[in-house]
Amino acid sequence: MSIFGEVPLAAPVAVFKLSADFREDQCPSKVNLGVGAYRTDECQPWVLPVVRKVEKMIADDHSLNHEYLPILGLPEFRSSASKIALGEDSPAIKDNRVGAVQCLGGTGALKIGAEFLRRWYNGTDNTKTPIYVSAPTWENHNAVFSNAGFEDIRPYKYWDAGKRGLDLTGFLGDLENAPDHSIIVLHACAHNPTGTDPTQDQWKQIADVMKQKNLFAFFDSAYQGFASGNLDKDAWSIRYFVSQGFELFCAQSFSKNFGLYNERVGNLTVVAKDQDNLNRVLSQMEKIVRITWSNPPSQGARLVAITLNTPELFAEWKDNVKTMADRVLLMRAQLKEKLKALGTPGTWEHITEQIGMFSFTGLNPKQVEFMIKEKHIYLMASGRINMCGLTSKNIDYVAESIHEAVTTVQ
Amino acid sequence: MSTSSVFDGAVFMPSEMKLIEDFKRDTHPDKVNLAGREYVGEHGHTTWLPLVRKIKQQIATDPTINPEYPPILGIPEFTRRATELALGKDSPAIVENRVFGVQTVGCTGAVRLGAELLKSWYCSSSSWSGPILLPSPCDDSLTGIFKAAGIEDVRHYRYWDAKSNEVCVENMVHDLENAPERCVVVLFASGHRPTGANLSQEDWKRVAEVMMKRRLFPFLLMSAQGLCSGSLEQDTWAVRHCVSLGLELLCAQSFSHSFGLYGERVGHLLCVLKQNMLAMQSQAEKLVQTLWSCPPMEGARVVATILSNPAHLVEWQEGMKAIAERCMLIRERLRERLRILGGPGRWDHIIKPGGLYCCFGLNAQQVEFLIQRKHIYLLPNGCLNVSAINSRNLDYVAESIHQAMNSRL
Repeated sequence: MSIFGEVPLAAPVAVFKLSADFREDQCPSKVNLGVGAYRTDECQPWVLPVVRKVEKMIADDHSLNHEYLPILGLPEFRSSASKIALGEDSPAIKDNRVGAVQCLGGTGALKIGAEFLRRWYNGTDNTKTPIYVSAPTWENHNAVFSNAGFEDIRPYKYWDAGKRGLDLTGFLGDLENAPDHSIIVLHACAHNPTGTDPTQDQWKQIADVMKQKNLFAFFDSAYQGFASGNLDKDAWSIRYFVSQGFELFCAQSFSKNFGLYNERVGNLTVVAKDQDNLNRVLSQMEKIVRITWSNPPSQGARLVAITLNTPELFAEWKDNVKTMADRVLLMRAQLKEKLKALGTPGTWEHITEQIGMFSFTGLNPKQVEFMIKEKHIYLMASGRINMCGLTSKNIDYVAESIHEAVTTVQ
Repeated sequence: MSTSSVFDGAVFMPSEMKLIEDFKRDTHPDKVNLAGREYVGEHGHTTWLPLVRKIKQQIATDPTINPEYPPILGIPEFTRRATELALGKDSPAIVENRVFGVQTVGCTGAVRLGAELLKSWYCSSSSWSGPILLPSPCDDSLTGIFKAAGIEDVRHYRYWDAKSNEVCVENMVHDLENAPERCVVVLFASGHRPTGANLSQEDWKRVAEVMMKRRLFPFLLMSAQGLCSGSLEQDTWAVRHCVSLGLELLCAQSFSHSFGLYGERVGHLLCVLKQNMLAMQSQAEKLVQTLWSCPPMEGARVVATILSNPAHLVEWQEGMKAIAERCMLIRERLRERLRILGGPGRWDHIIKPGGLYCCFGLNAQQVEFLIQRKHIYLLPNGCLNVSAINSRNLDYVAESIHQAMNSRL
């Protein structure tokens, strides 16, 4: 009899199950609009040209040592990654109150941030401190914070299905009603899964309430550069909060904007009141990292650090990022045009108003089921599509299928 | 905005790396770092097999490599090879399909994932909190990992004996026999850190018997398979013995030392079960997503490439044997020097264990003396990494240890 005999089978993660079903589908016109990874117009994964270049440089560099990285990570990666988020001339950086921890992707950054906050944020036991995540949010947010020991994870109103946009009133209302010192997880840009971001003016209102209520800002920044094509524009919300005097965490992922999904390159940027606080925070984070993965992996961080710190490579990278962002913007524009041309009922402005990889189409679960079963077009039950799955070859088929779904399935 | 910080309550934590940082700052020309975690070659630096470098270059120029998210549990070819390495290709557990492996972020990641699995699922508990038994001595971080996973009741069993400078099996067996039934016991299959002290096969048979009698669950650590004795099979004998007895177990493996891939964090958690393998595997997937989502590819790709290719395999094994032999040679030379210097005591404990570590059983003052006065940095109890001893510093190290053991401090 096994000690683990009664362990139940865990439900598969929806997005991976979708991909698995897609892979098994034999239909030649099948389309995968599920997983969040960039694809070219040939529907292939894309190794950024600058990445290929730097990879070769690293492999040919015989002077590199193979030792463990420092526990907090590669110093030149950490500082350059934080500069990307906060801006080269960020006053907080000049004040020596910005630090960072190299982590295993965005997930790892959220993990370390969560583990720290549970231990040291507001008193020494934050298991009961409420964590607020947007409704809806990335499906793993809940699990990361819950596993870090937070018992009270609540939604804040975000997506208004009726008007297919941001429910700002609801959002601000929930913030106003949150217990003081609650922790709020904010998507820096290109909200996942809705693609709907607050405007600058709306961010100002959000920051105002958070300041009044002493709410802690924990930014999740997985798409910087990828959303608008412009790094600074995509980091506006984070920089605004810093300018308003917030102490904050920002979990950065370089999976999408460097196409380095498989090397797990992330950075947890910490903005503290002063250098003394920063040092104490980092010292505790070092301890947390030591008992989680001990030292982070070197390959991806080296690659990003070399790219960000070498002017010609940095320029090439920004160009590569713009290529990806532009293709997504093109697909958005074209999908909207085609739906309008087909006369598909409803408004489709949200397709171009939304930003980043994802779009909340507004399709209901029955319509989604129709798309998958009858048209072999795979999307999430929420109606979320990955714009990167659209290509010049399949966009007509997808537009026609959406039209059919909306007009024949209620 | 208020002028106080939300982090005011965070106290400063001195770094575990303080010893290494002190070494780096030390300007004494004869300084020696014997407290490092990596294998260093005769030149004092970490090394790579030329084979590893070649494969990394191949990977960097391979146009077919997919940059997308890997499977949550890692590269299947990697976990397959890592499992076979530990258990042997024909292991009944593999044949009966009751084993799964997870590619993890180093050995630490493997231990952390194992701890999380135990916490959530051991003994049908949704919140198992121990007891778990660790060998004494061991790294503080091991205790930290289990506690961070929520396993509060961490205890120790006697393992290394300061008087005899080796494992005292009697004490160990006694402590295991008196442990509550169903405890989890952490055991070093080989390459105990920090002492290097190992159990003989006869000792293992005794220990395994007690484990079965008391229904204790083995969580084996294997950080340098092939580097301790020079034989892959010998270093994993304990794991295979447990499996042959029908025990369920977890085994955390590291590929850092054996491939020189410290920076790439290549680890593996092996789970051998009696049944219900798919369910446990699905729960492991769920836990991985809360830790790091999916593992980094570079290092595991290198390892999988080498382990799947017969010619590479041979070259790799030869490289490892060379490392094991160098470590043994250093130990013998150290023993010789100490014998010649004429200090009291036997020195067999230096050469008996293989691998990276050995222990001199020094007290705190002696260790302090070596660090402060002789600029020789070593771990508590006088444990040290033998690979950092080379022809340039051997005499100095031997004389200093001799001095530490024979002066009135």
